[in-house]
Amino acid sequence: MTTPLLSISHLSKSFPTSRGIVQAVDDVSFSIAAGEAFGLVGESGSGKSTIGRLALGLITPTAGDIRFSGQSINGLSERALKPFRRQAQMVFQDPYSSLNPRLRVRDIIGEALDTHALAQDRRDARIAELLDMVGLNASHATRYPHEFSGGQRQRIGIARALAVEPRLLIADEPVSALDVSVQAQIITLLQDLRRHLGLALLFISHDLDIVELLCERVAVLYLGRIMETGPTVQVMKTPRHPYSRALLAAVPKADPEAPRVKRLVAGDIPSPLNPPSGCVFRTRCFYAEGPCASDRPVLAPLDAGWQSACLRDPLPEHE
Amino acid sequence: MGGISDQSAFKQDAPLLAVDTLSVSFRQEDGVSTPVRDVSLTLHQGETLALVGESGSGKSVTSLAIMGLLPRPAGFISSGKIRFQTRAKQTVDLAQLSFDGMRQLRGREMAMIFQEPMTSLNPVLTIGEQIAETVRLHLGLSGRALQTHVKAQLDLVEIPDAARRMDDYPHQMSGGMRQRVMIALAMACQPSLLIADEPTTALDVTIQAQILLLIDRLRRETGMAVLFITHNLGVVAEIADRVTVMYAGQVVETAQTVPLFRKAAHPYTSALLSCLPARAKADASGLRRLVPITGQPGVFGKACAFAPRCPHAAALCETHPPELELTDGGAVRCLRWRELA
Repeated sequence: MTTPLLSISHLSKSFPTSRGIVQAVDDVSFSIAAGEAFGLVGESGSGKSTIGRLALGLITPTAGDIRFSGQSINGLSERALKPFRRQAQMVFQDPYSSLNPRLRVRDIIGEALDTHALAQDRRDARIAELLDMVGLNASHATRYPHEFSGGQRQRIGIARALAVEPRLLIADEPVSALDVSVQAQIITLLQDLRRHLGLALLFISHDLDIVELLCERVAVLYLGRIMETGPTVQVMKTPRHPYSRALLAAVPKADPEAPRVKRLVAGDIPSPLNPPSGCVFRTRCFYAEGPCASDRPVLAPLDAGWQSACLRDPLPEHE
Repeated sequence: MGGISDQSAFKQDAPLLAVDTLSVSFRQEDGVSTPVRDVSLTLHQGETLALVGESGSGKSVTSLAIMGLLPRPAGFISSGKIRFQTRAKQTVDLAQLSFDGMRQLRGREMAMIFQEPMTSLNPVLTIGEQIAETVRLHLGLSGRALQTHVKAQLDLVEIPDAARRMDDYPHQMSGGMRQRVMIALAMACQPSLLIADEPTTALDVTIQAQILLLIDRLRRETGMAVLFITHNLGVVAEIADRVTVMYAGQVVETAQTVPLFRKAAHPYTSALLSCLPARAKADASGLRRLVPITGQPGVFGKACAFAPRCPHAAALCETHPPELELTDGGAVRCLRWRELA
């Protein structure tokens, strides 16, 4: 087996708060092969954004291991992390606050080049190349962020991420602040970049339709744990875990003639400060039984690379 | 132009709300801008109309104009009528109504909910107190009758354990529960028109689905009309009977929901639908891809606003502003809609 580009095993992260400890990520494992697109989906408190920040080494895990091409980044100093930072770059949700308003585009992108001492002899040419790659042009280099629309700013953010020639792009809700028409432009850009540069993608999103379009594999998270993971087609078309089913059923279908959902999951997402015992989804699950409150389900294999963490699997047909 | 209301599916009775060639302007340092131009739409009792558009399309400004909530003194209605049928079966023009007249209707006959409930809830009053205040103001209830009414309102929006949650402050509640409180406040006086401005946009998917069902249930039970403002076409498909699509401050298309999603008449509506991930099509290599709308939002044509981004634009579209024309069951603003149909 080839070594995955990114390998995350038994990753946990807790944050102390004034009201107690939040277990943001709880024993999460997955890996991403070179050139592969992996989606992390979940609602508030699922831990999907925290996983993205952990994978970049921006915060340190409470437990578990993160490896790039087989090498662990655990406990590395900022200096020792630097080569790994070049391998993985982040694209943020908010194209308005993630760019320094006082820098021109050429300096926003140039800064990334300078940090890693790249293309110093042909800096302007490289910046023009990067702008072209994201559908902007060299004339944009001398402008400031406020002169651009939201979609164009997200393109600048992507150009900045690409400047250091990463092998993995971590994109945390990169299109959720954008209008539908602009979303489509950025999704298409990400598809083109993957095809041309062989980039791997960790795509963090609450939008299941976009994940289905972009990603080969997916993990469905709920309150810091993976409920189900596998090939996107299988998880999205034939979800196995009760939460995956509930989540997919709740997504509004852009087809007024599609059959309406009969049964919706009730109640609020519990506070991550005080998650339910046993299976964290049991308080909203139609199938929960006694043991679900005491026993913690583990991910069990269903098919090649497809796993679900449910004590009641396989679920009864009519319940 | 004013005949559009006659074309709706509910032609037997007069519409509850008929916005007729409405333009809204804002005084600015460097002159006057008009973000809403010539907007016409109708809404019948018991009906849900989705008002759809992207940022800057004018959908929210239109709704604020209807509610008489345009920011003063900068914002004003520069032309057009907003006819509203009151409970007393009188037709009033909201565009001409006095401040006091408007205040009489707001809350009582028309109510509005917003994307972020925290901006409309008072953080220092319990939710019970806030609903009581509204009920007292509009229905003149007090004492035990008032308390009973407040609890009934919370039950109506399915807030579990309502008797106890009445004493909660907004910050003690989840986003979904706060939106329920907002809806309880809006419903307190049984309005005949509810304007919902992106009420589920900030919510998680499973909570959004609950709130959509709640709004729809209340519409069915009370017979109120809902003007649902959203950018989310999935939400439109879930909740709307009819759809009005806006682009650059104008209505570009109005249609029944099912035909609109089957085949939109306006090139912008079709293009917008093609941007939906679920409508991606496989390319030669088998990769599913979208057909994005080219160009930048905010680049507007001189005659047809959408022309610079329209795949079907002809020379005429750059010189002749299209009028809103009646179609079979709706309206469309496009010079070429017949050719493209």
